[in-house]
Amino acid sequence: MRIALTATCIGDVMFPQAPRATALLLERLGHEVFFPERQTCCGQMHVNTGYLDEAVPVVRNHVEAFSPVLDGEWDAVVVPSGSCTGSVRHQQGMVCRRAGLDDLARTAEAVAAKTYELSELLVDVLGVTDVGAYFPHRVTYHPTCHSLRMLHVGDKPLRLLRAVEGIDLVELPAAESCCGFGGTFALKNAETSTAMLADKMTHVKATGAEVLTAGDASCLMHIGGGLSRIRAGVRTLHLAEILASTKDAPAPAGAGPSTRGGAR
Amino acid sequence: MSARDDVLARVRAALGGATATGGPAASGTVARAYREHGDLAPGSPEAVDVLVDRLVDYRAHVHVAASAAEVATIVGDLLADATSVVVPPQLDAAWLGALGAGTAVVPDARDDPRTPDELDRVDAVVTAARVAIADTGTIVLDGEPDQGRRAITLVPDLHVCVVRTDQVVEAVPEAVRLLAAHPERPQTWISGPSATSDIELSRVEGVHGPRTLHVILAPPR
Amino acid sequence: MSRTFLGLPLRRGARTLPDDVARPGGHGTSAGAGPASDAFGDVPHPDAPLRWGGSFPDAAREALQNTQLRRNLAHATSTIRAKRAAVVGEVPDWEALRDAGSAIKTDVMARLPELLEELERNVVARGGVVHWARDADEANRIVADLVKAKGVDEVVKVKSMATQEIGLNEALAAEGIAAYETDLAELIVQLADDMPSHILVPAIHRNRAEIREIFLARMGDAPPDLSDVPRELAMAARAHLRRKFLSAKVAISGANFGVADTGTLTVVESEGNGRMCLTLPETLVTVMGIEKVVPTYTDLEVFLQLLPRSSTGERMNPYTSLWTGVTPGDGPQEFHLVLLDNGRTDVLADEVGRAALHCIRCSACLNVCPVYERVGGHAYGSVYPGPIGAILTPQLTKSSGGLSGHHDPNASLPYASTLCGACYEVCPVKIDIPSILVELRAREVDADRGRPTGWGAAMKAASFVMSDARRFELAEKAAGLGRVVAGPKGRISTLPPPASAWTRSRDLPAPAKQTFRDWWRDRPAPAPPVADPGDTGGFGAAATDNPGFGDGGEGR
Repeated sequence: MRIALTATCIGDVMFPQAPRATALLLERLGHEVFFPERQTCCGQMHVNTGYLDEAVPVVRNHVEAFSPVLDGEWDAVVVPSGSCTGSVRHQQGMVCRRAGLDDLARTAEAVAAKTYELSELLVDVLGVTDVGAYFPHRVTYHPTCHSLRMLHVGDKPLRLLRAVEGIDLVELPAAESCCGFGGTFALKNAETSTAMLADKMTHVKATGAEVLTAGDASCLMHIGGGLSRIRAGVRTLHLAEILASTKDAPAPAGAGPSTRGGAR
Repeated sequence: MSARDDVLARVRAALGGATATGGPAASGTVARAYREHGDLAPGSPEAVDVLVDRLVDYRAHVHVAASAAEVATIVGDLLADATSVVVPPQLDAAWLGALGAGTAVVPDARDDPRTPDELDRVDAVVTAARVAIADTGTIVLDGEPDQGRRAITLVPDLHVCVVRTDQVVEAVPEAVRLLAAHPERPQTWISGPSATSDIELSRVEGVHGPRTLHVILAPPR
Repeated sequence: MSRTFLGLPLRRGARTLPDDVARPGGHGTSAGAGPASDAFGDVPHPDAPLRWGGSFPDAAREALQNTQLRRNLAHATSTIRAKRAAVVGEVPDWEALRDAGSAIKTDVMARLPELLEELERNVVARGGVVHWARDADEANRIVADLVKAKGVDEVVKVKSMATQEIGLNEALAAEGIAAYETDLAELIVQLADDMPSHILVPAIHRNRAEIREIFLARMGDAPPDLSDVPRELAMAARAHLRRKFLSAKVAISGANFGVADTGTLTVVESEGNGRMCLTLPETLVTVMGIEKVVPTYTDLEVFLQLLPRSSTGERMNPYTSLWTGVTPGDGPQEFHLVLLDNGRTDVLADEVGRAALHCIRCSACLNVCPVYERVGGHAYGSVYPGPIGAILTPQLTKSSGGLSGHHDPNASLPYASTLCGACYEVCPVKIDIPSILVELRAREVDADRGRPTGWGAAMKAASFVMSDARRFELAEKAAGLGRVVAGPKGRISTLPPPASAWTRSRDLPAPAKQTFRDWWRDRPAPAPPVADPGDTGGFGAAATDNPGFGDGGEGR
């Protein structure tokens, strides 16, 4: 299959290991991966903050970057993010319509119909749950809100994780509770966000996991940022990184060198 | 402009100025894919079993009577300690056949109502019912002469309600459609004794309404 | 104002219950106006029940300091969430019921004028009197005049959001009429001069020990040996209210549903206080928002399944009362229905926002909301808290500035959400609260466009950068400078405002050494291994170069 990769803006700049793992994983499974260089961002940040006018050019750029999928240039578009996929699928059309751009809205919705979050692509489109990964570590999984409730990915990520060789997958208590990120919510309502984060971290620590994984780099940035601050000794890895991990090319896990007395 | 005309004009304006009559969706167009009937036949033993399960779950006491005479025996037992019982005008007289001599029968009717204070001095009430919903453990009273005014099933602390098994339906829509024949009747839907969850959301049975609810399941007439 | 462990308010300016007609013994015996009454803390007086206190972030920050409140909320909401999930799970056609509920409400909004006129016709035909109120003042005036016409100075009340919203109790008190709340939670709130913090359980922020304190201090006739066992507390309320019910001449209620094609009104309740009010007094006044009309009697079969399971997590609530006008010889012989606008037509005018009027006040969205669970209802500064409040309150107050930007605290409400979607998932009438929140944010942003703001400038700049890959790439290069801030550990722990809002509690990883874009361009064939030491940033970083967030647990 010919698959176009959406790196996502946060993946491109802050967490390149997530789109990179996505590309390598899909290639390992025998697919051809493309990176349309025109892409930047899906527009979600603008939309969710209420700047819908400002979102329009960003959405337009995304739609135009990926519209070749409609001409058969690629078979599908993959996004290693639940919330970006959600924005593509449930917000881009609305943003265009609201600006009176009905044609662009229709194109956006057509592109969205061929756009899949990573676990959706693997399980629903490619029909695979065992991706041949190897990751011999204790892992807990946080189902991010938008993958869970906007996309309804259900247990697809867990099915993928359960098939990973060597993994010790432990259930996260109150897993479906939001971590408190919410994009600009984390800044506009920082204290409430932090209170939600504190509870999420308590649950993560209770699992005794070495690694917390999720399908969204943004939520991992939030929870990981909190875990780092309290020196919890839990690493955060994107779902794609674990699925891409093999005996030959293992993803990092566990504690690195001690940071006692380190950057604080 | 009157408040009425003003509010209606604002509503019309909000909807885009069009007179909303003949709006996009007429009521009949609402899709109703939900269950309009349960799987269990009305009055079937299975439906009655579900009703009993749900009644007990919400702390109602359930008794099964094989005959009108047995209803009377159960009523007599339940009211053994009651000094008075209020009854609606057309309660099946046979149900009171085994009442103890120490229990005074207080009649109540729309044209001969007891005051709230009089009802407050009565220990119990016995009524029939209109329909019962198994799914939810609900008994519906509609104020007909075998059930009486709403106040009589409210103020006394003990309510004995006789439900005929042929009055038991499985699902809420079955009951609503039956009740729709007389929507103007004042209805009280009762699901267990009065209760509150207002303190830490833990349920406490028995607040202002009758604190004890006995349901006697009687055979069809 | 001082605040105590109970977090209760000082005595309000306008007393809900005039002291001279209040409880036997009076609260003054134990509380009075002295220090003892301060024991119940302070909550701003709701002169405007839809707008009190500061902006949401400020109020939330304060609420988060109250650890007792957080414990109470966590306990209560987790209890009700589990109950709801269990009883919803046993309904095989739940989604079909939600679809029908949503469709009926959409239909209602589209045909509201004719349905209201039909409801009015049928109520009048059955002996009721229908009044219309443009706003809170008009509704309060109507009710006060009706009560005065009966020559009484006290009324009993069924819990009602509509009468909370219009501040009816305070308005009646100003006319010398005492309004007694009879729902247990409303009673707790009223006795404490508190504000409701939840649609269904207004005293959800109180635990049993606090409720015992309130009863002992303010009820007047509470048994001195009252314990904090919920059953005992409920029995104290029963005894306290019994005489009121039996002697009341006028009752005031809200309505859950008003059926257009029959004129039937419905009140759904649990304790029997509703039945007492709807049945025993001679006169009943019902205040109903115009959006509560449903087309047909059979539509009740949908809502009477959706509401109880969503709200109290019961298959059916203990008592539901249905009445149609006046029934000779049974119940109140005088019935008044007050149809209330009070901002609803402003909500209706918004094609996206109007779905907020579909709400049946079940409160399921509050119970699942992670924000509500942490900060409680008072932080929303409205009698409608939680997710539904965040979309309803600013729209109801639109004509007085509710969405007009920086100067109105209600304009902060649409941002009081992470858009996690839990509310939408449980809503029995499928109100897409997250989408409406986004729409209202856009309305607020648009209303505020005349004023330069930091957010506005940042979003405009980001839009410019992110709508073009070349500009984006240049910005990526600049972002690489963040690595300097991060230092050798690759972790940023302090930043200046406004980013300090992040770094107060969270580290930020440095931007990656190499963007994905660069890696893709430069990647050799065959593909390199996933974690190439020294080649990466962020949390998954290889330990040798950039430890990211994965490292350095003290226990490791």
